[in-house]
Amino acid sequence: MRYLPHTPEDIASMLEVAGEKSLDDLFKTVPDDCRRARGLDLPEPMTEWDLDHHVSDLAEKMAAEPEYKVFLGAGRYEHHIPHAVSYLLGRSEFSTAYTPYQPEISQGTLQAVYEYQTLVSRFLGMEAANASLYDGASALAEAVLMAVRVTRRKKVALSRAINPFFRNVVQTYFRSTDYELVELPYLENGRTDVSEIPGMDDVAAVAVQSPNFFGCIEDLRRVGEGCRQAGSLFVVAFSEPLAYGLFENPGSQGADIVCGEGQSFGIPVSFGGPGLGIFASRMKHIRNMPGRLVGQTVDIDGKRGFVLTLATREQHIRREKATSNICTNNSLCALTAVMYMACVGGTGMRDLARLNYDKCEYLKKELPAAGFKTSFDSPTFNEFVVEFPSDFEATRKRLAEKRIVPGLDLAPYYPELAGRYLLCVTETKTRADMDALVREIVS
Amino acid sequence: MTEFPGASGLVLNEPLLWDKGKKGRSGFSLPRRDVESAAVDESLLGDALNLPDLSEVDVVRHFTRLSQWNFGVDSGLYPLGSCTMKYNPKINEKLAGLSGFSSAHPLLAETLSQGALELMFKLERLLAEVTCMDAVSLQPAAGAQGELTGMLIIRAWHRKEGSSRSKIIVPDTAHGTNPASAALCGFRPVKARSNEQGILAPETIADIMDEDTAGIMVTNPNTLGLFEENVAQISDIIHSKGGLVYCDGANLNAVMGLVDVRRTGVDVLHLNLHKTFSTPHGGGGPGSGPVCVTEQLAPFLPVPRVIEENSAYVLSEDFPESVGRMQAFYGNFGVMVKAYSYILSLGADLKKVSQLAVLNANYVKEKLKGILHLPFDRPCMHECVFSDKFQTERNVTTLDMAKRLMDYGFHPPTIYFPLVVRGAIMIEPPETESKEELDLFIAALRAIVKEAEEDPDLLRDSPGRSKVRRLDETEAARRPCLGG
Repeated sequence: MRYLPHTPEDIASMLEVAGEKSLDDLFKTVPDDCRRARGLDLPEPMTEWDLDHHVSDLAEKMAAEPEYKVFLGAGRYEHHIPHAVSYLLGRSEFSTAYTPYQPEISQGTLQAVYEYQTLVSRFLGMEAANASLYDGASALAEAVLMAVRVTRRKKVALSRAINPFFRNVVQTYFRSTDYELVELPYLENGRTDVSEIPGMDDVAAVAVQSPNFFGCIEDLRRVGEGCRQAGSLFVVAFSEPLAYGLFENPGSQGADIVCGEGQSFGIPVSFGGPGLGIFASRMKHIRNMPGRLVGQTVDIDGKRGFVLTLATREQHIRREKATSNICTNNSLCALTAVMYMACVGGTGMRDLARLNYDKCEYLKKELPAAGFKTSFDSPTFNEFVVEFPSDFEATRKRLAEKRIVPGLDLAPYYPELAGRYLLCVTETKTRADMDALVREIVS
Repeated sequence: MTEFPGASGLVLNEPLLWDKGKKGRSGFSLPRRDVESAAVDESLLGDALNLPDLSEVDVVRHFTRLSQWNFGVDSGLYPLGSCTMKYNPKINEKLAGLSGFSSAHPLLAETLSQGALELMFKLERLLAEVTCMDAVSLQPAAGAQGELTGMLIIRAWHRKEGSSRSKIIVPDTAHGTNPASAALCGFRPVKARSNEQGILAPETIADIMDEDTAGIMVTNPNTLGLFEENVAQISDIIHSKGGLVYCDGANLNAVMGLVDVRRTGVDVLHLNLHKTFSTPHGGGGPGSGPVCVTEQLAPFLPVPRVIEENSAYVLSEDFPESVGRMQAFYGNFGVMVKAYSYILSLGADLKKVSQLAVLNANYVKEKLKGILHLPFDRPCMHECVFSDKFQTERNVTTLDMAKRLMDYGFHPPTIYFPLVVRGAIMIEPPETESKEELDLFIAALRAIVKEAEEDPDLLRDSPGRSKVRRLDETEAARRPCLGG
């Protein structure tokens, strides 16, 4: 086996050193009542070439770009990934390293994560970002748990226009606590109803997503004012960070914690994972933050360097009193995001976000022109909700044969929105793709 | 004369990203604009972005230089205890990047995503076969989330049984994530001390197990690299008082094809695909922490689950007792592809993987035990734990020896863990390391021990060949500078 370097002679001489006669003898501390009754029932080892064919066959059973035109978003977004990013991620000095516990020989990871923290903070208008969490959903769960720690209050309000999968994960994390979750309804314009927030009692955090699940841009400033009156922390979630390339960021609108999914920044959709949990907060709450943090320092010669810092918040030091149980996070995805942001750049990010907005607006006009009503009239980014006729399931099947996936049926997540579909358009869709979609739906 | 890998090559300086580039540059190929510019509500727009503008060359050179300041498994031996830093096969990277997988949207209809669902379904079965457990969820994103999922399952099971227990037993050798995960789930960890042989004694557990205790979290083999020989008896004690047994499978690399985890009495087990199943650690993730359970706990696994129905694979949420979702979608699918490919490459040779991992550790242990203090002189599994006791006389610490190893061209072992050994040096030499590589590492440690006798300052001043020397961590924490 090409990954196992031991020759029979190596094994014999090493066994001699270990004072054992056979490989089986090495396991004499394993009692009989813990052993397998039979050997491993696994397929014959595959050659590299057979494996390549087998897994490629599985991959070919997927309806993926470029053969398919997929208008799905809802938490994962197709964007062009600069080849330089994919290429740089192939540097195995990054990918085959462990968590940088030994900073002197991990400066590559550490500086890159420090740069990631910096660019994320600037982009979101926040004071400090951590080194990453698993995904947007678990980042939201960690955000509201952090708000509970900071405020010592036990109630959290979540907008119903937050991605339902994100809310499900928060519910899972809350299941074994005595903390309470309440829901803020959404209005006819697709935005969260924030009118009740100022009068809410004893709330640790109010969380909204912007752009929200329906693609609508929330009135963050107003939510923030409500939170200040209620004495709660203001948590802003997101699943499409590119929106802040165009729209005002959450930090400048008063957010205390900003968290969300960073997959859009250079990470392939990859059937939903791995993604990137982005997490940022105000500096004053930093000691309550979950996850790893990289900080700048100097070495004994006074040379700049970077280390993991504020570890006394973390599980390996604080054990059951830690701010989170997280250990391994999604570091390589954070590196992907910083490489992506570096490639696109500040000027480019604005142009790219604007192009995304304009493309989506195009489809958002073409569909009503063809007779389909959009459901909400708030400004949107990359996604919007549209109403299709009740026989649309048949149309969906027909479109699948034409290799078009027209969007997400909202009925399973919002029963009151039966017949409504969430459509997504990014820079990867051409005008011709969108025209074809409309033409095929109408025909 | 032995030639060690450590050398001082030409290491290049590189500024911070925002100290490079010029306004107006771009490293991105913006798609052609084929639509009109649409109206936008000006009041919602943000200010110009405060991100640097760089060319593609700027970016590539920047991150290439940074990568050269890093040490990875591809650079050399990385014997971090309890981390299983084995070689990461390159074909697996290619397969995870196949466009059918990497471009697949998670909300595609099942009829359009059979390939990914089949892979997940089969990977679950393969992991069940390796561990002898009944059912598997691939959803947890990493080991700690696997632990949390396991704790939620245990809590849900007790609730169904009509009890709400408040405590859980966690041995003193456990990873810090264990008590943290238990606490996140509302359990109060109760510490169990390991005995003079470094393992748990049944009496210790019998003394603290009661009917307000939900169960135990064991790590087996434990973090001293020892098999918990009394695990089956301990499990019986836990079960007899109505508790459940959780096993942290971080160290599964020692026992594949040898141990039947179910027979050890374990009800819930988490695995780390980024340790045992060769997926790269990525400098801190993404990982994947599947949870394996017995039949009776299967209804509590996270949803959605992949099931087989009319010879097709579907995602089902129809498990009313499930603990819920742990991730927005199905877990780190890209990591799963790599682990699946690894298992298919090895097949039943996974047993050989464990045998050679254990052989490597015992070899290193025997070769080093004369020069480094070995607190538990017993046959070890896949890792062995030494201490700096012999060196304290010269005022040389574990940290000094670890840092000096860098100059010889090796990544240091895990240090100061497990906590039960003062000044611990925890060495895990995975099966992908050859005898020659281990001999070099052993020779390096021998040389360092000699240096500790003759010139201890050399160790205290190390490393000297890395990009930076020892860093001021105290100052970093006192005045946190987390961004520029």
